[in-house]
Amino acid sequence: MTLSVKHLLGIKELQTQDIETIFKTADNFKQVLQRPIKKVPALRDTTVANIFFENSTRTRTSFELAEKRLGADVVNFSPSASSVSKGETLIDTVNNILAMKVDMVVMRHAASGAPWFLAQHIDASIINAGDGVNEHPTQGLLDAFSMREKLGNLKGKKIAIVGDIMHSRVAMSNIYCLQKLGAEVIVSGPPTLIPKHIASMGVQVEYNVKKALQQCDVANVLRIQLERQHKPLFSSLREYALYYGVNKNMLDSLQKDILILHPGPINRGVEINSDVADGQHSIILNQVENGVAIRMAVVYLLSGNREMPD
Amino acid sequence: MCCMQIGWNYTIRRIDFYIYSYYVIFEQIFQTLKTLLDQAQLQITLHRLAHQLVETHLDFSDTVIIGMQPRGILFSDRIVALLQQIINNKKIQYGRLDITFYRDDLHKGNALQAPAQTDIAFSVDNKRVVLIDDVLHTGRTIRAAMDALLDFGRPKEVELMTLIDRRFSRELPIQPDYVGLSVDTLFEQKVKVYWKEKEGNDEVVLL
Repeated sequence: MTLSVKHLLGIKELQTQDIETIFKTADNFKQVLQRPIKKVPALRDTTVANIFFENSTRTRTSFELAEKRLGADVVNFSPSASSVSKGETLIDTVNNILAMKVDMVVMRHAASGAPWFLAQHIDASIINAGDGVNEHPTQGLLDAFSMREKLGNLKGKKIAIVGDIMHSRVAMSNIYCLQKLGAEVIVSGPPTLIPKHIASMGVQVEYNVKKALQQCDVANVLRIQLERQHKPLFSSLREYALYYGVNKNMLDSLQKDILILHPGPINRGVEINSDVADGQHSIILNQVENGVAIRMAVVYLLSGNREMPD
Repeated sequence: MCCMQIGWNYTIRRIDFYIYSYYVIFEQIFQTLKTLLDQAQLQITLHRLAHQLVETHLDFSDTVIIGMQPRGILFSDRIVALLQQIINNKKIQYGRLDITFYRDDLHKGNALQAPAQTDIAFSVDNKRVVLIDDVLHTGRTIRAAMDALLDFGRPKEVELMTLIDRRFSRELPIQPDYVGLSVDTLFEQKVKVYWKEKEGNDEVVLL
């Protein structure tokens, strides 16, 4: 039982079989997390470095917990407190950490493709924890895993991804993951935030959020990433909330129940209202809970194809 | 004269050895499948083991039964069903344990194995635990099982029941308390236990 890949760089590279294997393993780890002692000694002999060149609370805590609950040794690394601020290159930084006998690297980087670049130069397994606007594979997996938990098989289900698609690595990973599982994806949001090429990925584009929600079983609402928007793409947050924000009135008018996901952090009152985020159809906190199980599964499975020293 | 005798003895022993070697090779080629227990024998053994358990645990009020995933649970399912008959359907706490994450050979060059479901919906604190597995070989699975078990509490005592005990092949100081059948095997041989529920027939064979 191994994955077809040595690194988890993006969901684009994964086979459907890999995703199923990860989900099955995550089911087991989720059960471990319900026990009084939420820990297994599977990775006692493994050291993992979490290298986050970009800010993160959820993903980093989630990865760290996942690694610790597998019994691995964990080192955390943030660039502000390191030699990166003195001008050290990415490869040098990572090689120095690997020289201390680290077996696996979890990396988040602001530059799209950084983990692919690194994978060509180092031997250790790399897990991409988000690279620029490209992919955030573990988020895509845990979103699909949470949907699968509520809806069963995702084959034939319609899932709307709403909001800032252009700057969202979560959107990309979601699209790849859901399509590989046989679901249909609709993207929705202001035209300025939906890249033109997105239709070539085989997704349906619907600029009217309400119309998109009417067709779907699940809505994954994404955060407006103001920190990545270098020129104004909509007039004001208030306008965005009015036309593209998901609120209780809109959901009530659909005459059907849909699941609501959000990868966090939430801008309450902008892309999603509190009455929806904390409402009965929201599985936002389930996503966070499942995140640990999914990351345990990914770290565990990738540890399996580690090359052993003789 | 004396030297000749030693030579003669030596020759006989050599011949003995060759005959035995040919016998082993012959057996391996022509009798690759040897039945250790057929269906009737297996039934009798299962009944005996269940009665032995009742003998020591009486009404199972502070005893829990834990079957080992993936193959041991087929055996423990049968034992628990028999126990229910013997003690008039009193409640028996019964769980299933998977030890994949506790193995000692995880990153030793083997491919990872698919984990199975662990389902222990009770605490094993101060309980008498009976671990049940189908074949006891090196003892490493049971070592891992005891490790895993401790994550569910601190049992009062742990006993081990096994259908087939492959004697003299232990790598750890672990011995069973209840044994269906003890067999002497070569390390390269395999003992397979087939169950009606899974393979369609009840049989234990030596491959």
